[in-house]
Amino acid sequence: MKVRILIRPKSGILDPQGEAVRSALPALGFKGVGTVRVGRLIEMEVESADAVDAMCTRLLANPTIEEYEWEVVG
Amino acid sequence: MGGGGVRLGVTIFPGSNCDRDALYAVERMGAEPVELWHADADLKGSDAVIVPGGFSYGDYLRPGAIARFAKVMAALEDFARSGGPVLGVCNGFQVLTEAHLLPGALLRNAGMRFVCRRVRVRVEATETPWTSSCEPGEELTLPVAHNEGNYFADPVTLEQIEADDRVVLRYLENPNGSANDIAGVCNEDRNVVGIMPHPERASDPALGSEEGIRVLRSILAEARV
Amino acid sequence: MNLQETYTSLGLSDFEYDRILELLGRAPNYLELSLFSVMWSEHCGYKNSRPLLRRFPNSGLRVLQGPGENAGVVEVGEGWALAFKVESHNHPSAVEPYEGAATGVGGIIRDILAMGARPVALLDSLRFGPLGEERNRYLFREVVRGIGGYGNAVGVPTVGGEVEFAGAYSGNPLVNAMCVGLIRTEDLVRSRATGEGNLVVLLGSKTGRDGIHGATFASDELTEESESKRSNVQVGDPFAEKMLIECCLKLLDESLLVSLQDLGAAGIASSASEMAAKGGVGIEVDAERVPLRETGMEPYEVVISESQERMLAVVEPDKVGRVLGLAERYGLVGAVIGRVTDHGELRVKNGGETVGSVPAEYLADAPVYEREVVRPAYLDEARSSDPEDYPQPDDYNLVLKKMLAHPNLCSRRSIFQQYDHQVGVDTVILPGADAAVMRIKGTNLGFAVTTDGRGRHCYLDPRGGGAATVAEAYRNLSCVGAEPVAITNCLNFGSPEKTEGYYQLAECIEGMAQACEAFGTPIVSGNASLYNETEAGAVYPTPVVGMVGVLEDVSRYATPGFKREGDMVVVIGSGSRVSLAGSDYLEVVHGRVAGEPPEPNLDAEKKIADLVREMVRSGLVDTAHDISGGGEFVAAAKMALAGGLGIEYMEGEFERRLAGQGRGRADVALFGEEHGAFLVAVPWERWAELRDALGGDVGHYRTGTVGGDSVKVGDVIDVKLSELREAYERDLFGAPGGAEVTH
Repeated sequence: MKVRILIRPKSGILDPQGEAVRSALPALGFKGVGTVRVGRLIEMEVESADAVDAMCTRLLANPTIEEYEWEVVG
Repeated sequence: MGGGGVRLGVTIFPGSNCDRDALYAVERMGAEPVELWHADADLKGSDAVIVPGGFSYGDYLRPGAIARFAKVMAALEDFARSGGPVLGVCNGFQVLTEAHLLPGALLRNAGMRFVCRRVRVRVEATETPWTSSCEPGEELTLPVAHNEGNYFADPVTLEQIEADDRVVLRYLENPNGSANDIAGVCNEDRNVVGIMPHPERASDPALGSEEGIRVLRSILAEARV
Repeated sequence: MNLQETYTSLGLSDFEYDRILELLGRAPNYLELSLFSVMWSEHCGYKNSRPLLRRFPNSGLRVLQGPGENAGVVEVGEGWALAFKVESHNHPSAVEPYEGAATGVGGIIRDILAMGARPVALLDSLRFGPLGEERNRYLFREVVRGIGGYGNAVGVPTVGGEVEFAGAYSGNPLVNAMCVGLIRTEDLVRSRATGEGNLVVLLGSKTGRDGIHGATFASDELTEESESKRSNVQVGDPFAEKMLIECCLKLLDESLLVSLQDLGAAGIASSASEMAAKGGVGIEVDAERVPLRETGMEPYEVVISESQERMLAVVEPDKVGRVLGLAERYGLVGAVIGRVTDHGELRVKNGGETVGSVPAEYLADAPVYEREVVRPAYLDEARSSDPEDYPQPDDYNLVLKKMLAHPNLCSRRSIFQQYDHQVGVDTVILPGADAAVMRIKGTNLGFAVTTDGRGRHCYLDPRGGGAATVAEAYRNLSCVGAEPVAITNCLNFGSPEKTEGYYQLAECIEGMAQACEAFGTPIVSGNASLYNETEAGAVYPTPVVGMVGVLEDVSRYATPGFKREGDMVVVIGSGSRVSLAGSDYLEVVHGRVAGEPPEPNLDAEKKIADLVREMVRSGLVDTAHDISGGGEFVAAAKMALAGGLGIEYMEGEFERRLAGQGRGRADVALFGEEHGAFLVAVPWERWAELRDALGGDVGHYRTGTVGGDSVKVGDVIDVKLSELREAYERDLFGAPGGAEVTH
């Protein structure tokens, strides 16, 4: 099965990438952009989804500064 | 500058770049450099260990995230937990936070650019094996070179670090947005230190500075036990 | 597609196809046609430049390896040698700047590694259109990020380079990457394959469809269609490259390899055929044995793929096991993909079946085109320029600030702070000086390296500009105290099929060759990048010179910054022929590129530079800067800014200049440009020593004293260093127009 994992900075953490994107968009003429947070997408082929949480907490995300969510997509 | 037979191990992960620089500095100080390959399980009788800078595993996923699971890290963690002196420099600092041997995390520089320059820092905590030969409040100029040097810890942890006098180096000119201008911290037992600046790059008069030696030579006195 | 459409789409002309038929004695199949397509592209085959390149002097006392290998090599001393080369990645950077620049760095590193040398320094010579345009800001920002992203991760310090902005480069950025490696002379490796029965081993990363027909792409002009070729651009993996460096050096250390070659343009096809042609042998490659990253790849795709971070090695059969074992230890792909034979052909198999075979020497020997050198029409008009057309400014403080704030003259700190320039703990002179200086551990030796280009000058006077480019590099190295030894060059030009392009190419090469002969600096490696043009026109002819020099004692060097209050500042070199033609001042203040720049006097250049170098080596001079863009007063201002100490010109000095070299015009006196002149600063007590060292026949005169917090020149310039610093230390990546100097 295919699993899609989204990892994003915890709210409250300074996100310099999000800040950079948020100020770059108006400079290109895009209006009305509010908060931006930049994270990571991981897609995996796995035999079973049982271990995905453990994978996230041990390796894929850093729980000190990131939060994650995941779903089976195929 | 007699090292008196002190064995200083330097871990080498795939992608570490500053291991050779660290080994060179260790040798110049008169200590015995020991290469610690990531896939080996022991520390080869090292009296102290430096986890050097570079781009272990390409900094892929997060800097230090993959290196922390290397085989040699199990031995390093045991060594640290039993009081062995460990110094993480730059990527090494990142590895130690990912391994939870040090609190907090290193985020992307606030300016969103890689920064390579020399910065003024102040030595604060001198009750660690890596800074005991420094004067408290001593000011040094040390090179930094990093993309993710922006120190972060949650407010409670941050307050604890400050209250316990566990800030080892503090920036006098903050190059990356680090909380409280923190350039380096130590753990509660004060044997594990992580710093973003590179002392091994300021350890040779041929290159214009020996201020980094002031950080490194502390370990020679300490480890000779 | 019919036959002609097929080979035309592969970049082969009718003439070339007929020649292939003649050589083979039969029609080639698609795979064989693809081999010729990439090997006979301008990028790989040097069709238009090879006859002209023969003009370059290639040999010298210190030369251990001239052109013909992956890099040139020169002896430094005490058994040490330097392998170095510069190469362009212009077209890929125009389409995908981050990866184009990154893979350019990766490629040049592998060229140095293929000689058996450890890469120890990187430099980059960059050119873009003006920063007022969004697209140019994007290219500039991403190229710099790509260089840093790759170089920093792979652990080789980026210690120097240059960047220039001009309208001629809009749409056609120039990205030239140079690498220097260190090696013991007895450890030099060459790429010639030998030994029938020896095995061909692929090391590094898996092979995908990266850059297929990238060599052909590099040889085309850029059009809107090029944008859609983005899928052709290769993506770099610096982590894999770092492991490749360590693995290859270990393999060489254990004497496990017969020869080594990097895989670059045209992948396995070019590397294998070059290795075979050089050794007079044949190589058989089995596409089925190449570890792949993609499914369903055809044999022709496998052999011309330009996937990055791969090397090809020839290994004796009894050593293969250890080689593959080491590859595994370093986490790299290692696979036997072929063998050396005696049939002289590059033979591609797919399992048991032969799917293509061409004599290697035919692939390596692309047809050569010599064209007529015809002086182009534009030159006369460009060179006509009446100084009366340029009104003299009335506020020279403002002009100086404007010059120092201009992207072509301002501080490069915002660039080089993005590059790790200290990893390796060998960097003695950091970026910002006239040249980078590195030490060689365990010795007192050092080496210096610089990259220089003079596009505007070459446009106005190709022959003089070519010579002046070499002269500038010679001055830069001499300035820091290094003895110039040899050159690697990158020729960035427009289409050689057009009159202007071919004339510029031929004349620049002639000028460079004359200078190389005069200075005793042979050209030992290099690269040609032609067809740098768009519908809007061609780039300025821009030969880039990467020059390397030796310091016998690396503790004796000079840097530009003023160091002591009270030091006396001296101009060495005549300054009598300064002119506004083709100058930075003319472009920055009056928006023009025109006139006849003074022709370099090569003998005088050498004499003066050698003298300055000797004074640095003897320890008499520790503060020196050559005078180039912006003229004497910009040079003096930069020395003041670098040292944080001002300068005050002596009373009457400015008036003397005005009457003499200025011929009555203040702007000519202040910002006119010539060649072959330097500024040095020595303590007052050593003035007599300096005079003696210069002897009788080198023009020199005292100009002023170091001190204070301003730059003061007669009645005409009096401006605080802090104000100049604000203009000079601008952030080149900041908001456009943010550094507009209006007061």
